Amino acid sequence: MVRNKLMLAAAILSGGAFASPAAAQNEQFIPILSYRTGAYAVNGVPYANGVADYYNLVNERDGGINGVKLLVEECETGYATDKGVECYERLKGKGPTGAAFINPLSTGITFALTEKTATDKIPIITMGYGRADSKNGAVFSYNFPLLGTYWSAADIAIQHIAKEVGGFDKLKGKKISLLYHDSPYGKEPIPMLQVLAKKHGFEFAPIPVTHPGVEQKSQWLAIRQNRPDYVLLWGWGVMNGTAVKEAAAVAYPRDRMIGVWWSGAEPDVTPAGDQAAGYKALMLQHGAGKFSVHADIEKHVYAKGKGLSEPGKVGEVLYNRGMTNAMLGVEAIRKAQEKFGKKPLTGEQVRWGLENLNLTEARLKELGFEGMLKPIKISCSDHEGAREGRVQQWDGKGWKVISDWYTANQSNTEPLVDEISAKYAAEKNVQPRDCSKES
Amino acid sequence: MLYREAGQFKTTYAEDMAIFPIRQDRMALAILLGIAFIGVPLLADFDIWPFGSDYLLRAILLPFLILALAAIGVNILVGYCGQISLGSGAFMAIGAYSAYKLGTGVHIPLAWLGFAISIPPLPVLLSILLGGLAAAVVGILFGIPSLRIKGLYLAVATLAAQFFFDWVFLRVSWFTNYAPSGSVNAPTLDFFGLNVGTPIERYMLCLIFVTVFAVLAKNLVRGNLGRQWMAIRDMDIAAELIGIRPLYAKLTAFAVSSFIIGVAGALWAFVYLGSWEPLAFSIDRSLQLLFMVIIGGLGSIMGSFVGAAFILILPIMLNLIPTQLGVPLSTETITHLEFIIFGSLICYLLIKEPHGFARLISIGKEKLRLWPFPY
Repeated sequence: MVRNKLMLAAAILSGGAFASPAAAQNEQFIPILSYRTGAYAVNGVPYANGVADYYNLVNERDGGINGVKLLVEECETGYATDKGVECYERLKGKGPTGAAFINPLSTGITFALTEKTATDKIPIITMGYGRADSKNGAVFSYNFPLLGTYWSAADIAIQHIAKEVGGFDKLKGKKISLLYHDSPYGKEPIPMLQVLAKKHGFEFAPIPVTHPGVEQKSQWLAIRQNRPDYVLLWGWGVMNGTAVKEAAAVAYPRDRMIGVWWSGAEPDVTPAGDQAAGYKALMLQHGAGKFSVHADIEKHVYAKGKGLSEPGKVGEVLYNRGMTNAMLGVEAIRKAQEKFGKKPLTGEQVRWGLENLNLTEARLKELGFEGMLKPIKISCSDHEGAREGRVQQWDGKGWKVISDWYTANQSNTEPLVDEISAKYAAEKNVQPRDCSKES
Repeated sequence: MLYREAGQFKTTYAEDMAIFPIRQDRMALAILLGIAFIGVPLLADFDIWPFGSDYLLRAILLPFLILALAAIGVNILVGYCGQISLGSGAFMAIGAYSAYKLGTGVHIPLAWLGFAISIPPLPVLLSILLGGLAAAVVGILFGIPSLRIKGLYLAVATLAAQFFFDWVFLRVSWFTNYAPSGSVNAPTLDFFGLNVGTPIERYMLCLIFVTVFAVLAKNLVRGNLGRQWMAIRDMDIAAELIGIRPLYAKLTAFAVSSFIIGVAGALWAFVYLGSWEPLAFSIDRSLQLLFMVIIGGLGSIMGSFVGAAFILILPIMLNLIPTQLGVPLSTETITHLEFIIFGSLICYLLIKEPHGFARLISIGKEKLRLWPFPY
C-alpha cells in the first residue's frame, strides 16, 4: 500500500537524520542560531543575513581563515529557549573539531546554555546582550558579552540623559521609566538603573510589557499619568514599533524616549511612520551605513548571487550588527591559529583566541571596519572588551548620530559585576580563575 | 498468528488481574525496558551510532521522557477524569519553582511576627518530590471550581491558573531568590552523594522517574480510584447515583495529576534546562501537553508516551530531513514547511482516528490476533 511505503520512506529518512555527513578535514564548523520566523523575525532576519553573509565573504574572498574553510549551519530557534537548547545540542559536535563558538542570539538561551557551554568547552559569544555579570571572565570562563553589556548600556543612557538635562546634578528629582520586555533580556538593566538612581537621585520606575509586546495600552496609560521625564525602552521585535506608536497615541514626546541598541534599528521605527521621528536609541558602537567591508561583500558575495539579504538592506543597523558579530568570531579563530596552528580548532582553543583578541585601529582598517567600530581588547578578566556607545536619532528617513562617544563608567558597573558573578560562583561551585596566571 | 493467546490459561485471580495479562505484551514491554535501561546506556558507552553524540540523549530522549511524564499527569486529569485543563504549564512551573526554592533553601522573613522561617537547602530528590507535592496542593485548590463548572468552562478556569502563576513567577522575586534577570539556575544534581551530570546519567534518572510513575499511574487507573474517575468522566450524575463522591473523585484526580506534572516540571527545569525563566512554562507548554494527550489517546498511559513522541520528535525530524538530504532550503522555509506538514498530519490523524495513537495501536493488536484470517 502507498501508505506503508510512505511510512517506510519516513522511517528511512528519520534514521538518516542522525547520520553525520562526512566532514572534510580542513574545515572549521560554526553554528548559526537564528530566528527567521515567529514574533521577533522582523529583527532576526536582517541580523541572521549579516552573520551568514560575512562568513560567506570570508570563504569567497580569502578562501577561509588561513586556508581553513568555514562550514556553517543555521538552526532556527524561533527565540524559544528549549528550541535553542535543542539547536545547540544538534550543532555543537559537528565538523572535524566541533563548534568553534556559539552565538545564541537570545538572552534566555544564553542563560540556559551558560553552564552547558562551560562543560562542553565551547565559547558563547553574546555581543551586546546576554548576562551582564559574565563580563567577569574569571567566573564565566566561556561567556563573552563582547562590545557592551546591558549594564554598560544603562550607564551610557543615563550619561546621555544627564548631558541633555545639563549635568548629573540636574538628574535629581527627575523621573525615568524603563519600559521593558518581561524576560531576562528586559530585566537585565534593572539592578544597574537602581544603583544609578540611588547615586544620582532620580526616580526610577520599571514598567514590564509581556511577551511578545503588542499589548502596551495600560503601560502607556501609566506613563501618561506619571509623565516621566524620560522613557528608556528595552524592547525587541514588534514591541519596539508598538511602543513608538503608543507613545504617539498618548502624545509622549518621542525625543524623550531612548531605546537600547536592540531597539534602534530600521524595523523598529518604520512601522510607526512619521510618528517615529525624533525617537532616539543607543548604538552598539556601529550604526547604519556602508563601509569598505560592505564593498567587499557586494563584490564577492552579492555579485555572485550568494547574498541572503535584499541588496537595499545591506548596511542597515541589524545587518551590520550580525556582520560585526561574525567578524569578531572569525578574528578570534584567526588569533587562536597563531598559537595552535593553521588547522580547525576546538572550542577551548578558540576561547584562547577570544581572550587574547586585540583589534587595533590598524587591524580594523584592514578588515574594512574602520569608522564603524572602535578598537577592542579582550582579556581573561574582561570579557566585554569595549564599553562605548553613541546615541542616534531617527529623523523619519534614517538614523543620525547625535552624540559623541560615551564610555560606560566602570566604577558604576564593576561593583555590581563583582557582586552578582560572585553569587553565581557560590551557587554553582565555580572556582574563579586566577587571571594573573593565564598566558 | 503472531499474537496467539491460546494456551495462556489464568488459574489465579492474581494472574487475571495482572497489568499485562497477555504473554506477548509482557515480552514486548520487557524488551522495551531492556532497550531503555540497558541497551541505550551500553550503546552510548561504546559510542555506537547514533548514540555516540549527546544530541540524541540530551536533545531528544531527555525532553521526550520528561514531557511523556507530564503527559501522563495531564492524561489522568483530562483523559481519565474528563476535566479539561489548560493549566498544566502552570503546574509544571509550580513544581519547578517550589523544587528550586526548597533546593536552595527557603527563607521567609516574618518581620511583623518578629521571627523568620528558615529551611536549609534540601537534597535534590526530596526537593523534586516536594515540588510535585506543592503542585498537588495548588492543583486541589484550582480543582475546587470543577465541582460547579464543567467542560470548556473549567478549561477557562484552569487557564486562570496558567496566567496567575506566569504572573507570580515573573513578579514575586522571592521565588527567584531575587535574581536580577528573573532567570534562575538549578542546584547541582546530587543524588545520595552521586552527581548526575553526564547526559547518560541524566537520561537514566529521568527514565527511572518515568518508569516508576508510569507503573504507579497505570495501577492507579486500574484500581478503585481510577474507576471512580472514569465513572465521573463518563457521566457524573450516574456516578453520583451509584455512590461515588464527585468531590473526592475530582479532587484526587487534580491532586494526582498535578503531582505528576509538578515532578515533570521540576525535572524539566533541573535536568533538562538547568536554567530557566517563566516563559519555559508558558501557555504554549500547556497546549503542547494537551495536544500530546489528544493525539496520543485520551485515557491511555501508553498513549501519553506516543503522543509525546509525536508532538516533540516529529517536528525536529521534519526540520532535520531537508538538511540531511542536502536539499538547499533556507531555515525559514524549512520551519514553515515543518509547520505545514506537522499541522496537516495532525488533521489527517484526527480525522482518520479521533481516539489517537492508543486506539490505532489497539486496532493493530486486534488485527494481529486475527492474522492471517481477518474477518
